[in-house]
Amino acid sequence: MNLAASGGAGEHRTLIITLFSVFVAITLGITVWAGRQTKDATDFYAGGRSFSGFQNGLAISGDYMSAASFLGIAGAIALYGYDGFLYSIGFLVAWLVALLLVAEPLRNSGRFTMADVLAHRLRQRPVRTAAGVSTIVVSIFYLLAQMVGAGALVALLLGASGEGARRWIIVLVGLVMVLYVTIGGMKGTTWVQIVKAVLLIAGTLLITVLVLNKFDWNLSTLLGHAADKSGKGKAFLQPGLQYGKNGTSKLNFVSLGLALVLGTAGLPHVLIRFYTVPTAKAARTSVNWAIGIIGAFYLMTIALGFGAAALVGSKAITASNESGNTAAPLLAEAVGGGAGSTGGAILLAVISAVAFATILAVVAGLTLASSASFAHDLWANVLRKGRTGEKEEILTAKIAAIAIGGISIALGIFAHKLNAAALVALAFAVAASANLPTLLYSLFWKRFTTRGALWSIYGGLVSSVALVIFSPVVSGDPKALFPGMKFDFFPLGNPGLVSIPLGFLLGWLGSLADRAAVEPGKYAELEVRSLTGYGAH
Amino acid sequence: MDPEEAVDRNSPPETAPGQTTPEQTAEAVRPSIPAQPDRFTEVQTGAEFAQLRRAHRSFAFPVTAAFIAWYLLYVLLSNYAGGFMSTELVGNINVALVLGLAQFLTTFLIAWWYARHAATQIDPRAEAIRARMEAGE
Repeated sequence: MNLAASGGAGEHRTLIITLFSVFVAITLGITVWAGRQTKDATDFYAGGRSFSGFQNGLAISGDYMSAASFLGIAGAIALYGYDGFLYSIGFLVAWLVALLLVAEPLRNSGRFTMADVLAHRLRQRPVRTAAGVSTIVVSIFYLLAQMVGAGALVALLLGASGEGARRWIIVLVGLVMVLYVTIGGMKGTTWVQIVKAVLLIAGTLLITVLVLNKFDWNLSTLLGHAADKSGKGKAFLQPGLQYGKNGTSKLNFVSLGLALVLGTAGLPHVLIRFYTVPTAKAARTSVNWAIGIIGAFYLMTIALGFGAAALVGSKAITASNESGNTAAPLLAEAVGGGAGSTGGAILLAVISAVAFATILAVVAGLTLASSASFAHDLWANVLRKGRTGEKEEILTAKIAAIAIGGISIALGIFAHKLNAAALVALAFAVAASANLPTLLYSLFWKRFTTRGALWSIYGGLVSSVALVIFSPVVSGDPKALFPGMKFDFFPLGNPGLVSIPLGFLLGWLGSLADRAAVEPGKYAELEVRSLTGYGAH
Repeated sequence: MDPEEAVDRNSPPETAPGQTTPEQTAEAVRPSIPAQPDRFTEVQTGAEFAQLRRAHRSFAFPVTAAFIAWYLLYVLLSNYAGGFMSTELVGNINVALVLGLAQFLTTFLIAWWYARHAATQIDPRAEAIRARMEAGE
């Protein structure tokens, strides 16, 4: 089904462009306003720590509910039924790790980046280098997923003839995200995320209500129709359609599950959000709000995904995008009255504009996280050994943001066949393998050492990225990045099952192997600061 | 914001000249060892801090182990107990969907429970220690 060829293509395109331009204009206005209030490093990196728990909860939700959640999960459920639902559950449960173990101590003991916490007790130059590198790698994986989502949307709206347009849109997305970050800093980015969270929840709620209304508010009826229309029958509602084929695919499911639940608390763009509130208590409140908002959203993905299966049908979805990334906008068109109808065109336009807003807000958060880590960790504290002023550090962060924007534009142009949710799951696996072990050990294990941190970060990073390179995601599969080549020695699409335990193991072994004496005084300082908030910035 | 602070995270903070406690005067004799870490060790080894640590860890560690185990059980059941998970309970709603929704419910409940625990057991202890440390500066 080629939507661009259908009758209403012209009007919905104009409407989308109008809505999207309004969003960009408003958010850029906010960004300029926020930029005027951004004076020092605390403003630029942490929004002046002036946000309330509720505001930050909304912003966290806006940062977290990405194209992967909105487009990817809806598509995964629409195509694979129940198996797609695992993403929603893992992405939500993961917040408890952040709530119970990470958010408050991080807020109490750090200033701008994850490495700030590690630098309290470990040798700061090697540790900041490692943490900076892993932050940038995780963020680029995540950025890639968002760009794939953007590409899928453009292809849907403009049709196959829109290859040139697809590139231009990706360039535009990259450009706007760089503007948000360089002009507005964290304050501007936070407000963009808040606006986007409200729009996304409203849009999803609207579609959910329309879908449930079609099935008399009966979940069982909706599921029945989805199963019938999927062509898979009852199997559509049971586990195993995507991951149940054989022993390897089942292991892949476990691997994915592990990466999802342990990844969130190691994601750099999530971690830096905890610095935008004044106290650890406010950080806790913001995570609780985020759990409520994100949980409500993921519950609605049931209606989006099964609704798309029931009302659009898997054939039409795969014809539009083979990984299902366009299921949500297609569903919007269907509940609005179908292709060619005015209602359908309006809803398609609204939901597509919301999806673009989603992508923009998330890429801005990712760009900020990675450029902050580059400027604060790698540049100011490692390369310049702490001899920089704040002005130079912020300027470096802005230049880094431009470079990262360029990288993600280039990647987005090349990768477009993968499912956005599966791609983001890779970012989760890298975060859970490289960042989470070191963060937890630093906060809670007295005998942890610099060598443990370096083994864990580099070991987790290299193993997870290498396993992805040699997995069916990159080669040997028709949907792979390089379908023509074949070097898929590692059978699992997600590396978490191997690389996460490895990251934890290496942190422990490295500490045991480190002959440098543990300095108990430094751990005492970190522990007291992280639990009491004494001396918190 | 003091730009010097961005320079070295490990330098002892908040040691304004002229503010001297007995400990710090003693430390001044051995300038190579910063005064603050000793104070942190003193607090960290105290009974009050042990209570605070226990209030956090005795909740956070077992609950984390429990919800991760419960989540992994759900993943493993989906994988290896397809028959059980496919049992239909009401109409097209099967065990797998109900357990998935139960994951949402337990997540909400644990978040609420932790907020309550932290407000009564953790925050007052943390605030008391922090206030005393700030007063002792």
